Amino acid sequence: MTLTLATSGRVLSQLRGDHRTVALIMLLPCLLIGLIAWMFHDQPQVVDQFGPMLVGLFPLIVMFLVTSVATLRERQSGTLERLMTTPIRKGDFVAGYGLAFATLALVQALVVVGFAVLVGMDVAGPLWLVVVVALLDAILGCTLGLAASALARSEFQAVQMMPAILFPQLITCGLLMPRDQMPEVLEWLSRVFPLTYAIEAMTSLAAGDDWSDVRGAVGVIVLFIVGAVVLGILTLRRRTA
Amino acid sequence: MRKNAVVIRDLRVVRGDRTVIDGLRLDVPAGSVVGLLGPSGSGKTTLMRAVVGVQDKVTGTVEVLGDAAGSPALRRRVGYMTQDASVYADLTVVQNLRYFAALAGVPSPGKAVADAVAVVDLGGHEKQRVGTLSGGERSRVSLAAALVGDPELLVLDEPTVGLDPVLRRDLWTVFRRLSAEGRTLLVSSHVMDEATQCDRLLLMRAGGLVADTTPDDLLTSTGAPDAERAFLALIDAANAVETAPAETLPAETNEETAR
Repeated sequence: MTLTLATSGRVLSQLRGDHRTVALIMLLPCLLIGLIAWMFHDQPQVVDQFGPMLVGLFPLIVMFLVTSVATLRERQSGTLERLMTTPIRKGDFVAGYGLAFATLALVQALVVVGFAVLVGMDVAGPLWLVVVVALLDAILGCTLGLAASALARSEFQAVQMMPAILFPQLITCGLLMPRDQMPEVLEWLSRVFPLTYAIEAMTSLAAGDDWSDVRGAVGVIVLFIVGAVVLGILTLRRRTA
Repeated sequence: MRKNAVVIRDLRVVRGDRTVIDGLRLDVPAGSVVGLLGPSGSGKTTLMRAVVGVQDKVTGTVEVLGDAAGSPALRRRVGYMTQDASVYADLTVVQNLRYFAALAGVPSPGKAVADAVAVVDLGGHEKQRVGTLSGGERSRVSLAAALVGDPELLVLDEPTVGLDPVLRRDLWTVFRRLSAEGRTLLVSSHVMDEATQCDRLLLMRAGGLVADTTPDDLLTSTGAPDAERAFLALIDAANAVETAPAETLPAETNEETAR
């Protein structure tokens, strides 16, 4: 536990000095939501309907990118190799990163949801649940990024992971077309993608649903987070060629 | 006290489809400074990675401080400095060292960090981000990160590369002092005059050991005036042995030397 905290403290110190990444995490989602609110300024119902999905979606994408590159840099710079000769366990490493980015994700969820409300998003369901789901989505993005970085051999490949892993989910998650109208195979495919449940929970909250209606989707998101953490730990190798 | 800090028998390491170390046998006596020399690509780094337990596809015996290399009990007792400075460029010197001190479970990290900074002569740079330091300073931060946990065995991969002669001399004084205090150091180097500072020398070539000797014996046996020429004489002799029988098979010789 001490080593987990030492690692997350170290990751947060690194992020504190990295203003661009902090801006990417905090400001970019706000900017994008601001643009959409501006675009539909005479149709506020569009912002009410799609706003919650976007405050879930943008943080997930941004966090995926930032974590996959950050952990890959660790593999490449030799620091991970050095860490693997110290008493740190693989779980400490993954949990340390997870904790640091979850802290950031919490601030991000509050900032982004707060901003969306400020520019006119009116959620029919409880707003605190929108914050919770946005937070879980961001953490999901982190943990998926952590796991995906194991498959990449360079920062270039890590960036390529994003379209390869996220874009198919974007198409089938229900954002482009309600899932019950999709061809059966695609609908079936969407059920194995985590993003589907992130969007489902937000759509449901936008429609005025409460905790009892979204807890299923939230549970699936949490399961995916746990699965991605386990995958991240399993793909970390103490011995390399 | 243990006689040997590192005992290696029948070590074989495969990388991809190539056997980079084949049947290596050596001992690193406890409390000594052992120099690991050899041309680039001779397997020095692979050997060091096997000793610290991060090298994959290792067969044979690698025993470190009485345990199998890489076993969890050893991770507090072995310090490793990789060839490239493996510290966080976006953190300050002290932030880096505090983190590695925490990982090693150092009881009083403040003092350990201050000591490590002093040893590598980085006083005044404590609050500076490592990315803004010069190459030589960065590799000293990396060395300090290996020292900060006060390990019994230090495995240092080219710790003095890119450093000026004054700093090199000072670091070798530190290495001598650490060994006088009972620690064992396995240090790889390209700089042959550093060889004379070691208690023992291991000369590697093409994944094998060419010589396991002392600086004095190296000079006597080769009759060379200095370590550099003695080393070259040994490497040339080993190359000659390998190419001689192949003269009857010219096609294979070319392939062999091309690698």
